[in-house]
Amino acid sequence: MSEPPTVDIRAHLDAVFRGEAGRILASLIRLLGDFDVAEDAMHDAFNAALQRWPAEGLPANPRAWLISTARFKAIDAIRRRTRFEASQDDIADTLHGGEPAAAAGDDELPDDRLKLIFVCCHPALAPDARAALTLREVCGLTTEEIARAFLTSAPTIAQRIVRAKAKIRDERIPYQVPSRAELPERIGAVLAVVYLLFNEGYSASSGPSLTRAELSAEAIRLGRVLLELLPDPEVIGLVALMLLHESRRAARISAGGELVLLEQQDRSAWNHALIREGVALAERALATRRFGPYTLQAAIAAVHAEAPAPEATDWRQICALYAALLAMQPSPVIELNRAAAIAMHEGPAAGLALIDALVARGELRDYHLAHAARADLFRRLGRRDEARAAYAQAHALAKAEPERRYLEKRVRELS
Amino acid sequence: MNGAQSRARNPHSTMKYICLGYIDPKKFSSASETEMNAMMDSCFAYDDQLRANGHFKGGEGLQPPNTAMTLRYTNGRVVVTDGPFAETTEQLGGIMILEARDLNHAVELISKHPGAKFGPWEIRPAADLGEMVRQSEARRRQAGKPKG
Repeated sequence: MSEPPTVDIRAHLDAVFRGEAGRILASLIRLLGDFDVAEDAMHDAFNAALQRWPAEGLPANPRAWLISTARFKAIDAIRRRTRFEASQDDIADTLHGGEPAAAAGDDELPDDRLKLIFVCCHPALAPDARAALTLREVCGLTTEEIARAFLTSAPTIAQRIVRAKAKIRDERIPYQVPSRAELPERIGAVLAVVYLLFNEGYSASSGPSLTRAELSAEAIRLGRVLLELLPDPEVIGLVALMLLHESRRAARISAGGELVLLEQQDRSAWNHALIREGVALAERALATRRFGPYTLQAAIAAVHAEAPAPEATDWRQICALYAALLAMQPSPVIELNRAAAIAMHEGPAAGLALIDALVARGELRDYHLAHAARADLFRRLGRRDEARAAYAQAHALAKAEPERRYLEKRVRELS
Repeated sequence: MNGAQSRARNPHSTMKYICLGYIDPKKFSSASETEMNAMMDSCFAYDDQLRANGHFKGGEGLQPPNTAMTLRYTNGRVVVTDGPFAETTEQLGGIMILEARDLNHAVELISKHPGAKFGPWEIRPAADLGEMVRQSEARRRQAGKPKG
C-alpha cells in the first residue's frame, strides 16, 4: 500500500482543476501569449499529471508543476507544428512577442486572473462576445453550457468566441491590468458583464430555470474573485447588490411560477445569511465615499432587506438614495422608481403627479411599468376606472408572460 | 480560494464531434506532384498529432463520388442507383471522429488542419441516442411478449 490508488489521484486532480484551472490558465496565457495554445497546454498538463502522479506521487506544489509542464508541452507542440507548417510561424511569433516569458518565470502572478478578466471584457470586443468569452475562459464553462444558459445555439456562441479571440490576436489587445487612468472605465466594462450575467440568470422568466440560476451563481463567484483582487468601491457595491437580489430568489416566484412583487413576498423565505453579507458590503462601499451607481442600488436593496415588513420600510431613506442615484446617473427609469418611492413616503397623489409628468415627457410612453405604476396609484386613490384603463395599457405593452398574467389579474380585480 | 472555478468543466470530460472534410477538386487539378505530396504530408502529420493527443477517435478517407452507390426507398422497395445523390463542386473527402472539450475546442483543432485549405470542414456534435435506443428496446421487448 505504498502508492496512493489511482482513484484518489484522479479525485485530487479533479479538485485541483476545479480550484485552480482559472489561475493556471491565466498564468499560461501570460507566459504563452495565446488563448488557444494556453488552453491546449493546460489540458495536456492535466493529462500528463493523470499519467505520472500515480507513479511519481503528488508534487509538492501541484499548481507550479502543472504550469511548468504545460509550458514545456506548448513549446514542444509549437516546434512540432513549425516543422511542417511554415504559416504557423505567426503563432511562434505571438509566443515570443508576448510578455517576456523567461523573465516572468513559471509561477503565477497574483493578478494573472485579473488580466484575463480585463481581456475578456475589453471594450474593443462586441458586448455579447464579452459575456461568452468570460464564461468560457474565466469560469470554465463549455460552449454548449453557455449556449444553454443564453437560450441560443452552440454555433452562435462558438462564433462569437472565435471572433473575439481573433480580434484579441489581430489587434494585439494587451494582456494586462489597465493603467490607473484607464481603470475606472475598464472596471465599468467588467462590472457591466458581471451584472449582465447575473441579470440573465435572475430576471429571465423563460427557459430551464436551473441553468439560469447557475448563471447568477457564476456571476456572484466572478464578483467575489474581483472583490479579492480589486476591492474597488463599485466592485464591493456590485457584489452587495447581487447578494441582496439573490437573497430573495426563493420568495420572488410563487409555487405556481408567478412573479411575486417585493411587497407581497414572504420575508421569512429570504436568505438572511446573504442579506447580512450584502448589507455589510454595501456599508463598506458607502464608507469609502467614492462609490457609484451599483453601491447606491445596493444601498436601496439593503433598506428593503432590513425592513421586517413592507410597512416598516424606511421610505424616506430610499427616496434620498434614489435622488443621489439620479444625480449620478440621470435616467427616466430611475426617475420612475424614485416617483414610486415618493408615493410610498408622501402618498399616492405626490407620486402620481411625478409619473404623469414623466410620461408626458414621452420617454416612458411605451414602457409598461410606467403605466403599471400609474395604475397602482390610481387604485390606491380609489379611482377605479382610471386604474383599469392604465392596467390595460400596461398589459398591451408588456411582453413577459408572468407580468402579463399579473396585469390581467389586476384588471379582473377592478371589474 | 474556491473562486470562479467551482462550476468548471471536468478536465476529463469530452464530447464527440463528427467532422466532415470536403474537397474542392479544382484545387487539386492545378497542383503539381510536389505540392500534392507536401499537402498530404502536412495532413497526415497533423492527424498523427491529433492521435497523439487523444483527439482522433477514428476516421476514413473516402474514394471519389463516382465509386458511390445510393440506396433509396421508393414505392415500397429499395431502389439502387450508382453514383452519389447530388453532384456538387465540393465533394465529401473524408470523415473524422474528433474528441474535444467543447465546440470551440473542436473548431480550434480543425481550423489548424491543413486539409482546411482544400475545402471546407463541417463539424457536428455526435447525437446521444442512448435514451432513444433504451426506449426502443423497451418497446421491442413489450412487442415480443406473448399476449394474454
